[in-house]
Amino acid sequence: MNLLEINTLSLRIGSKEILKDVSFHLAPGEILAVTGESGSGKSMTAFSVMQLLPEAAEVTGSICLEGRDLLQQSEEAMCDLRGSSIGMVFQEPMTALNPVKTIGAQVMETILIHKAMPPEQAEDHARELLARVGLPPERFPLSRFPHELSGGQRQRVVIAMAIALRPKLLIADEPTTALDVTTQAQILELLQDLVQEYDMGLLIITHDLAVVAELADHIVVMRHGEVVETGSTQGLLRDMQHPYTRMLFAASKHQVTLPAPQSPSPLLEVRGAIRDYPLPRTSLFAKPQSFRAVRNVSLTLNRGERLGLVGESGCGKSTLTRAILGLEPLQGGEILLDGAPLAAIRNPEQRRKMQVVFQDPVGSFNPRHRVDRLITEPFYALPNAPKGGAREDLIAETLRAVGLGPEDAHKYIHQFSGGQRQRIAIARALITRPELIIFDEAVSALDVSVRARILDLLVELCEAYGLTYLFISHDLSVVRTVTDRCLVMQKGEIVEQGNTKEIFDDPQHPYTQQLIQAAPVLPDLDQGAA
Amino acid sequence: MLRYTLKRSLSLALSLAVASLVIFFVIEVAPGDPASFMLGINAEPDTVAALRTELGLDQSKGERYFAWVQGMLQGDFGMSYTYRTPVAGMIADRMWVSLPLALYALTLSTLIAFPAGIYAAARRGKSGDMAVMGATQLGVAVPNFWFAMILVLIFAINLRWFNAGGFAGWESGLGPALHSLTLPAIALALPQAAILTRVMRSALLDILGEDFMRTARAKGLTRRQALWRHGLRNAMIPVLTIIGLQFSFLLAGAIIIEQVFFLPGLGRLVFQAISSRDLIVVESVVMLLVFAVILVNFLVDLAYALVDPRLRSRT
Repeated sequence: MNLLEINTLSLRIGSKEILKDVSFHLAPGEILAVTGESGSGKSMTAFSVMQLLPEAAEVTGSICLEGRDLLQQSEEAMCDLRGSSIGMVFQEPMTALNPVKTIGAQVMETILIHKAMPPEQAEDHARELLARVGLPPERFPLSRFPHELSGGQRQRVVIAMAIALRPKLLIADEPTTALDVTTQAQILELLQDLVQEYDMGLLIITHDLAVVAELADHIVVMRHGEVVETGSTQGLLRDMQHPYTRMLFAASKHQVTLPAPQSPSPLLEVRGAIRDYPLPRTSLFAKPQSFRAVRNVSLTLNRGERLGLVGESGCGKSTLTRAILGLEPLQGGEILLDGAPLAAIRNPEQRRKMQVVFQDPVGSFNPRHRVDRLITEPFYALPNAPKGGAREDLIAETLRAVGLGPEDAHKYIHQFSGGQRQRIAIARALITRPELIIFDEAVSALDVSVRARILDLLVELCEAYGLTYLFISHDLSVVRTVTDRCLVMQKGEIVEQGNTKEIFDDPQHPYTQQLIQAAPVLPDLDQGAA
Repeated sequence: MLRYTLKRSLSLALSLAVASLVIFFVIEVAPGDPASFMLGINAEPDTVAALRTELGLDQSKGERYFAWVQGMLQGDFGMSYTYRTPVAGMIADRMWVSLPLALYALTLSTLIAFPAGIYAAARRGKSGDMAVMGATQLGVAVPNFWFAMILVLIFAINLRWFNAGGFAGWESGLGPALHSLTLPAIALALPQAAILTRVMRSALLDILGEDFMRTARAKGLTRRQALWRHGLRNAMIPVLTIIGLQFSFLLAGAIIIEQVFFLPGLGRLVFQAISSRDLIVVESVVMLLVFAVILVNFLVDLAYALVDPRLRSRT
């Protein structure tokens, strides 16, 4: 018998149809990945199984766990099942734990709420569980608070809570999306081991097809609330039936062809940059300590070059970026643009030459301004910004350059999709006709198909405007295709640099090797085309 | 936690020192000489001068400041210019009315606001929530002296359960004293409860949307369990802030209520002292209130750290 059987599941919230006739099943000990782009309904499918839906939700169809239809259960019966028969792991480990309770109390709560064992025994069990997920009690006593742990460690605590009562079904909603590649690899391995050890069924929701391909036994591809294709991982990868599935995989592997770089002449030079953050005093009279986030970093970015900067969170890449942008002071070293050192307060010409695109296209726009005002914001820094007709023309031209239309100038940001918003962010960077654009995780939050189109746009723009890019990302596959040269940063230092292709094909530094090793890779799909 | 407490204590002491300086010099520059005010406009200049010497007003500002601070540290607040009695005694008498009244009102407002706020948050958007929110709207809008008059009308004049005003005094026993403070405390508490209910509700609603509440539900907690075990403590930070502010307000801001109920409280004392240029009383009461406010903030800071472990380790 199947562990989980979902039949013709449909979900409406108000007048909005979220899921349409979703059907799939999962056997014990099996890993099923539900994948698709944002808005495909994959997370809502998971929450339907948990019956943790918004109050206005109307559900039809059936979700059977070992033959028992969850949709027919009372809320009370569901509370008994949640945590004991079904465990769940969430996307955001940083916020998934209660900040004011110890990790021990939170793991024990799963056990105690189901009255599975007396408190003393539950405490021992919690210790064992934390040890099982890789948090040994010597280093991670039950009295630790979540804020004392890293993201990966917190995710391990969440997993310990979810598996505390050996549920038959474990649901993981984007469990590694917020984590670094090396941490991601460890967490995925842990999940895989637990599935085998406990003979659980694992329903994993992820947008990352490389993770899907490496981990899952079966795949369900969803789009707009419908299942477009299902099958065993091997079979589906070999023989994709639905055009959407093919498009998804193709977009994930999307490669761009960069125009040849110009002859090397330095545009941006960083020499011996040092950035210290003061730490709180350890005692009243002690000298304040500091944390060195960027340690003596030097780099040169040549005109027309696309330079990648990779590394895990906390390696100092964002700090370095902020220092280059003049958003943070340096405690040592200097930064030169076009041979001239950058002053603490950039002059207008330096501001014009250097622009930035951030990760979050929603958070980086004022929702109450229209697009024309948003993208002309850099003009405030310029002494002779175009006005009147010239300004209108420039707005229209820039919007067209990023694939939007002049009519979009009068809309508000909420009227656009995620990909369009990122185009607007690029337009804002482009409007001063800069020489250098810094992309700080600029495509990380985008769906694969959107990301593929934005990458194409970046190539077009760098051809059309002779741009130089500094591309900061934790996503190695993107850096690999969109940069000529690449720097690898670890603990505030650049540990390896060189031609992107050479670094990826033959990494020299152990850290680079580890990074590339940990990153999941999509298998070659061409073999299945026939 | 010890470091945190020490740090907060240090900032408490510094705030008090700065506050005493500000109060002293601001009141000093205020126009009006207490000596000539006390003796009337027809007084002889040498009589005024003699009184100034007696009151210590002819000393330099610095000397008087230090004398004032030193006195206060020893519990000697000086003599009232108008009443010629020790200020400490006057304040102590009034304090025994104002402090219990403030605590009484704060207890009532908390007792009303916590259940009402939790109830409204748990039933967000439903009729119960709407009713609570409507009532709080009214509570915020209606001034407390109007409540006071309505309470007097109903409970003192019609039902005759309470006296319309006056304070029985603590010497008559705890029961009668509290009895005479009940109507003023309710009048003070209602508007405060309305504000606190709204803060409690919105703080809880913020928390209900947090990821860890969903985690709690996924573990098998019912909505109610999740709210009580995970929601409430996290919602306490904004609530504690408001409670601290309200206490400070209740201590000194009850002038009108004291007037309506003929209560001999601090508010009335300050009011009278200001109108009669009794600077030493004004200074002392203001200093005392500042001390109370800073102390309450200190306690709120400590309470934050008890509620939120992140604050304990950060500083």
